[in-house]
Amino acid sequence: MATCLCDAFYDDVAVATVEVLEHLGLEVGFSEAQTCCGQPAFNGGDWDASRKVVRHTVRTFAGEDPVIVPSGSCAAMLFHGAPLEFEKERDRDEVGQLGRRTWELADFIVNGLGVKTWPGRYEATVAFHCSCHSRGTMSGEAALALLTSIAGTRILPFGEGEQCCGFGGTFSVAFPHVSAAMGELKLEHIRAVSPDVLVSADMSCLMHLGGLAAKEGKPVRTLHVAQVLRDALNYKGASSG
Amino acid sequence: MRFQPLDLFATALPADKRASVYQSTKATHEKRTKLLFEQFADPNRLRQRAGEIKQHAIENLDAYLPAVEKKLQANGVQVHWASTAEVACETVLGIMRARKATKMVKAKTMVSEEIELADFLGRHGIEALETDLGEFIVQIDHDHPSHIVRPIIHKNRREIAQSFEREGLGAYDDDPQVITTRARHFLRQKYLQADVGLTGANFISAESGRMVLVTNEGNSRFCLAATKCHIALIGIEKIVPRDSDLALLINLLGRSGTAQDLTVYTEFISGPKSSEQPDGPEEMHVIFVDNGRTEVLASDCREILRCIRCGACLNVCPVYRQASGHAYRSVYPGPVGAVLSPILMGSRFAEKADLPKASSLCGACHEVCPVNIPIPDLLLRLRHRAKEEGVAAPGTPPMGAWALLASQPMAWRAALFGGKAMDYLPRSLLPIPALHAWEEKRTLPAWRGGEFRKWLKKRPGVKPR
Repeated sequence: MATCLCDAFYDDVAVATVEVLEHLGLEVGFSEAQTCCGQPAFNGGDWDASRKVVRHTVRTFAGEDPVIVPSGSCAAMLFHGAPLEFEKERDRDEVGQLGRRTWELADFIVNGLGVKTWPGRYEATVAFHCSCHSRGTMSGEAALALLTSIAGTRILPFGEGEQCCGFGGTFSVAFPHVSAAMGELKLEHIRAVSPDVLVSADMSCLMHLGGLAAKEGKPVRTLHVAQVLRDALNYKGASSG
Repeated sequence: MRFQPLDLFATALPADKRASVYQSTKATHEKRTKLLFEQFADPNRLRQRAGEIKQHAIENLDAYLPAVEKKLQANGVQVHWASTAEVACETVLGIMRARKATKMVKAKTMVSEEIELADFLGRHGIEALETDLGEFIVQIDHDHPSHIVRPIIHKNRREIAQSFEREGLGAYDDDPQVITTRARHFLRQKYLQADVGLTGANFISAESGRMVLVTNEGNSRFCLAATKCHIALIGIEKIVPRDSDLALLINLLGRSGTAQDLTVYTEFISGPKSSEQPDGPEEMHVIFVDNGRTEVLASDCREILRCIRCGACLNVCPVYRQASGHAYRSVYPGPVGAVLSPILMGSRFAEKADLPKASSLCGACHEVCPVNIPIPDLLLRLRHRAKEEGVAAPGTPPMGAWALLASQPMAWRAALFGGKAMDYLPRSLLPIPALHAWEEKRTLPAWRGGEFRKWLKKRPGVKPR
């Protein structure tokens, strides 16, 4: 699943996800009919609208194949959010079935495939923002393990890593001042360690943090975990492997 | 674009208030986490277990409430039931009048804030004096607590020194030691003059009728030292099945709330003074307060009744840290308040239906909750309830058109490719409030709709499904 955010803004993240999965020897399928996971309306309380979109997603991804999402947030929508709004619906089992085979990308690589180290080389100091939707899942640790294992990559821990970036979907437009203040605090902590790049498993967090930083006139370079993995593979002189 | 009241409140909050709320909550949260993970191999398992105990208790209140009533009566306690705030206040007043009592000393209890007891008694000529230092300061300032555990987290010592000067408690001095000593001198005589001591309870065991009171100032002990009558106001959800459950819950309460292994004072009270005891109240009343709790129990948010009022969710919450407690317009602020306050409004739910939206759903509250309440899920359920009940929500974009688009692949693809037009249109003319709210604080990346799909078409390995 490419996610609507990558579909609209971050095509290179989707491209990198395909390349990373193919590197792992997997055959990648893509349904042209896919749209969105349904989270915006779910978070907004409009569960009728959300369920409509989730039903479309369930039909689009019918089958037994694992569904890999380069977003902790969209993945959590399918394995946690959707089952919550379908608790009393007749088709809750189909929704549950999709949820059980939906994975966030790094979680899939590390805990699904058992790949714990990443080949290639990526020369950078990285601030890794562990997105909130990875709370209670294995995603954050998985992404961090992969990044840490890349030759040349150094992770820079920063203050209050457990705190939210302030995005929160519709929260960011309904509560723009609180949302921005949260983001600015996060940026302050990140800037304090002067990383070459800010990395996360969720483009939504990076869109918010990157957008805030750019608006302030002090842009921060942001990359998705998938892009770092792909770039590490593409390092010239690296043995593929 | 109309902004939500909480967002506007946070914007107007003076920087020094925000800084002190932030510093204080952050420090407690960090200490709490350090303590729990240093002292226990798997604190999350403890939180889950405590959650299971409380969930079992609230789901079996029909058995535990009569059981505790029987125990209490056997222990010599008079038990009262208050379905509403009014009944609870009237019950207290009735007890005071029967004793011809005019002075009460109060320990800190959130349920008394909830039913606005002190004001009610004041209107009936009874002095109900707060003895917890924070609550005392709130009372002399005619203010409201802004944190469940630290009522005056929003005040600094200079403001407190001014209040003390105004109340005739001594010339201006903002040394915390001086402030504390003055409060102590003032309160000591009040303890001696009072007829009745009123407390809440952190837990009450159905097995024994034993109630637990935790404080750090020892004021609840003073409230019960010289007075002859003890009234305990207890929310019906405070019940735990067995005395042995208290061990786990007390261990979690101090660490979660104030980052202490144990609060300074932990009192276990089973009834009025026995004939062998030299001092203490001869008469004891327990008033069990419902005030909307059975409605919560009947709702799909009943897990919130597990709450043990430790305040850990407030301390970790990034929204609370930015907005502070009064932004929630409720006795219970922060994440727990965003769930509890709207439901406790009953038929006036709409008035506080904005609170469940005041969250980025980051889940930090769930992660720290000592009784493992899935607060984000409950916030989502209340957002859904607001939508179902047609509550207008400023700032929440309507989702109907989006749902139509996102369930029709042809239309979706057209929008992806067509969205590029947005980059060429003057933004200020676009009738999209959410876009303006976004762009006031952040830039939007360039539209790349459809680019990934174009790339895929040239990629032989990817199978269309």
